[in-house]
Amino acid sequence: MAEYKGVMVFGETVEGKLSPVTAEMLGAGKRLAKDLGQELCAILVGGDVSGFAQEAVALGADKAYVVNDPLLKDYQTDAYVTVMEKVVKEVMPRILLLGQTTIGRDLAPRLAFRLGTAVSMDCIDLAIDPGSKLLLQTRPVYGGNAQAVFTTELYPQMATVRAKAMSAPERDASRQGQIINIEAGLSPSAVRTRIVQKVTEKVEGIKLEEAEVIVAGGRGIGDANGFKQLEEVAKLLHGAVGATRPPCDNKWVPDSWQIGLTGKIVSPNLYIAVALSGASQHMSGCSGAKNIVAINKDPEANIFKEARFGIVGDWKKVLPAFTQKVKELLAA
Amino acid sequence: MNMIVCIKQVPDPEAPPASFKIDPATNKVIPPKGVSPVISPFDENAVEAALKIKDAQGGKITAISLGHNLLRDVVKKPLSMGADELVLLEDEAFAEGDSWTTAYALAMAIKKIGSYDLIFCGRQAADWDSGLVGLGIAEILGLPSVTLARKITPGNGKVTVERVTADGYEVIETPLPAVITVSNELGEPRYPTIKGIMAAKKKEPIAWKPADLGMETAKIGPAGQHAKLMKLFQPVRESKCELIQADTPEESGAKLALRLKEAKIL
Repeated sequence: MAEYKGVMVFGETVEGKLSPVTAEMLGAGKRLAKDLGQELCAILVGGDVSGFAQEAVALGADKAYVVNDPLLKDYQTDAYVTVMEKVVKEVMPRILLLGQTTIGRDLAPRLAFRLGTAVSMDCIDLAIDPGSKLLLQTRPVYGGNAQAVFTTELYPQMATVRAKAMSAPERDASRQGQIINIEAGLSPSAVRTRIVQKVTEKVEGIKLEEAEVIVAGGRGIGDANGFKQLEEVAKLLHGAVGATRPPCDNKWVPDSWQIGLTGKIVSPNLYIAVALSGASQHMSGCSGAKNIVAINKDPEANIFKEARFGIVGDWKKVLPAFTQKVKELLAA
Repeated sequence: MNMIVCIKQVPDPEAPPASFKIDPATNKVIPPKGVSPVISPFDENAVEAALKIKDAQGGKITAISLGHNLLRDVVKKPLSMGADELVLLEDEAFAEGDSWTTAYALAMAIKKIGSYDLIFCGRQAADWDSGLVGLGIAEILGLPSVTLARKITPGNGKVTVERVTADGYEVIETPLPAVITVSNELGEPRYPTIKGIMAAKKKEPIAWKPADLGMETAKIGPAGQHAKLMKLFQPVRESKCELIQADTPEESGAKLALRLKEAKIL
C-alpha cells in the first residue's frame, strides 16, 4: 500500500492574491513538514489559478498542485469535495490543512466524511508528536472557555486553521518548486447546487481584519444610536467599529460587524471594548489584540480579566470625555 | 413539506466563564451547579428556520436529539416552540462518541423517519464548536448541503438559501431533499407560547435505541470515534488590568486618553 506523505495546504485567494491565512498555513505547514522530514505542497483549485502557484512556492511550498476548471470558478460544495477527494487519493498527503473560512468550514467537514478520516476545526496550534509522529491539533472549545488537543490515526490528518493564529513565512521570490497540473475530471451533473447570486456588502472605511484600532460595543450600548458615538471615536483614531453578537442580532449594526468565534477574527494594536462583558465566544475573535481597553460598569465583567487598561463606569459618561481628550491630544 | 431538525443539549454557553470547570483526570467538563443545560443556540435558530417555513406553507417538523441524560424540559423546547414530533436517541451506548458516531446515528434515524424534504442543523454546537455533524449527515445520506444559512425559501421542489459569507452573502439553489446548517443571522428564535408549553408537556417523545435503527456496533460510542481527545484544559490567563481611577466617570475618560498616550498606544 502506498504511504501517506507530506503536508498539503489548501490555498485560497482573495482580491487576486493568496489569502493571508493561506500564507499562515504555509508557514505552519513548513514547520510540520520539517519535523516529519517530508515535503510541503500547496493545492490550488479554481477557474484559472495557475498564476498563484509560483507565489505558493515563494512562501515555502516545494510543490504546487493546480486544478483548473470552469466549473470550479466559484466555490460549490459538490464540485470542490469531488475534486479534493480525487487530489487526496492521487497525492496522498499525510496532513491536509485548510483555512477556517467560509470555504473551509463547508469543505473540510464534508471532505473528511467522504474520505473516512477525521478533521479538527479552527485549530490555533499544530505540532507533530515526537513519539507517534501524529499531528496534535489544538483548538478552542466550549466557546473558548477551554482548549482541546485532538489527534487521529486516520489519514490524511486534517485540520482547519484559524486566521491570525500562525505566522506567515518570509517570502522568497527566488525559490524554485515544481508546479503540477491535475485534471478536475468533473462532470457538470456532479454539482447539484447552483449559485444564483453573490452579494458583497461594501465596507466603508477600514476593514475590521486590517484595522489597527477597533472600537467594539456590546449589548450595553443599548441601541443603534449608541454605536454612532463608537463610530466617532473609531473615525478619530482611523479605526473600525465592531460588535459582539447581541447588537448584530438586534439589528443595531450590520451582521458583518460581528467579532468572535462565528464572526471576524481581528488583531488590532488597540481594542476598545465598550459595554461588553467579554464572553469567551467574543474574546475568541479579539484575543490577538495587543492592547485591550475595557469600559464597563460591572467590575466583575470578564473583560477586565482580559484588558490591559480598564474603567469601571457608565460608558455614556466615560466615552464622550475620552473622545474629547483624544481630540485635544491629536490637535496638540 | 417534511422537515427534520437536529438539536443538541449542551451546557449553557451564557453561563459566566468563571463557573466553567474541567476535571483534568477525566478530560471532562464539570457541569456548573444550578445552571441548567440548554438547546445549543444555533440549533434553536435551526428550529426557527423550520417554523418560518411551516408558518408560510405548512408542513411537519420532527426534532431529533441524541445523547444521554437528556432533560425532558430542555429537549422538549422545539415542541413548545411549534415542532410536531420529538425523537430521542438516548442510550448509554451513545456516550463517548464524537461527530462521526453522532452523524451516523442521526442519519440512521432520519432514514427510519423515511420521508423528509429538508434537514436542518445549527451551524455548530456550543460545546465542541466543530460544525461537522450537519455535513456528516449530508455525506452519509448522499444529499446536497448548504451551510451558514440566514434565509431559506423552498418552492417547486427546490430550496433557495442565502448563505452568509465573510463579506456579504450568496444565494444558492439546491434540489430537495437537502441538508441546511443555520446561522444566527437568520434571526432570533421565537419564545414558546403558554399553549405550546402545555402541548409539549403532554407530548410523549418517540424513543429509539441503537438496535431500532439497525446500527452497526462498530460505529457507536468509543468504537466509532474518528478523533481522539488527548487533553482538555483551561488556558491560564493572568489578569493584569490597570484600572483608571478618578472622582467622576468623565475624569476617568480623560485620564484614559492621557494614559494611552503615555503608553504610546495612541
